[in-house]
Amino acid sequence: MVVAASTCRTETVFDYSWMNVVVAYWNRYPNPSSTHVLTEDTIQREVRDGKLYSRRLLSKTNPVPKWGARFYNNVPVKIVEDSVLDPVKKTFTTFTRNLGMKKIMKVDEIVVYSEQKDGKTLAVRRAYISSQVFGFSRAIRAFGIERFKSNGNKASNGFNHVLRRMFPHSQLVIHPQPSIATASSASELAVATVATTSSSSGNHNKSETFKSAAKVGYEFFKCHASKIAQLFSVRN
Amino acid sequence: MNSIGEDCNELKKQYDACFNSWFSERFLKGQTDDSACAPIFRVYQECVKRAMKEQKIELREIETEYTTSSEYDNSSSSGGKQQQSKS
Repeated sequence: MVVAASTCRTETVFDYSWMNVVVAYWNRYPNPSSTHVLTEDTIQREVRDGKLYSRRLLSKTNPVPKWGARFYNNVPVKIVEDSVLDPVKKTFTTFTRNLGMKKIMKVDEIVVYSEQKDGKTLAVRRAYISSQVFGFSRAIRAFGIERFKSNGNKASNGFNHVLRRMFPHSQLVIHPQPSIATASSASELAVATVATTSSSSGNHNKSETFKSAAKVGYEFFKCHASKIAQLFSVRN
Repeated sequence: MNSIGEDCNELKKQYDACFNSWFSERFLKGQTDDSACAPIFRVYQECVKRAMKEQKIELREIETEYTTSSEYDNSSSSGGKQQQSKS
């Protein structure tokens, strides 16, 4: 069994107070960048020691084009999000991970939202991605999660949109309105030709499919590793 | 936003509305009593649990709660299957 893991850390500053950010957080779907998020449910919630503990279940569509569908189930991906909100210390920590398909890829993300000295809100995101599938794990290890990282700012646009809508007069510094990211990782990755070759094998056995696909090309996995990583992520 | 159970959408909407006003008007202002939305939450929960059962969504595998950042940082180099311990 091959397990490779990759971690990354990104920081995003939201030009809104911590209070505004946490209020908007519970209302961040739908937004223009989140068309792939299908459902959102709170499945547990309690106040303990003055802190709010929540567990939410999200489902996202699979943005995999038809030719890729046979490599993993084309069903909505479920994501569980646990969070702890401390209203006194003004910290909000979310921990998300995918349910199922963990052998293909596990994406765990921890985001801590805290108040900066200037009154804005800092979000520190750590993502931990691992896979037991040889091709994927190699791809993850080799290319790291650069793409995952580079999309960080675009991805927070969805949340910023919600913040602007909910608190139109509370933005702490006025920036030119950023264009809304369309969150279509699939379209950014142009390796369809390689993948088409591999999908023509017609083999529906999953492990066999992965074995044969592993030979097809490193680019294929690189593409899919980043795509699945984004699929299992809930940054938008 | 929709619920995972189509028939839970209305309950979810009611609960979310209750929670949002409780959260900003009370909780963030220091009142930790969360009984205000408890009745609607209970009904909504029953609905969601039923929907999850129907869709065979198992939460067993997510029994572990938070792992600390250090565990993540350590496991990234070892590359082994990480054991998450309940704190």
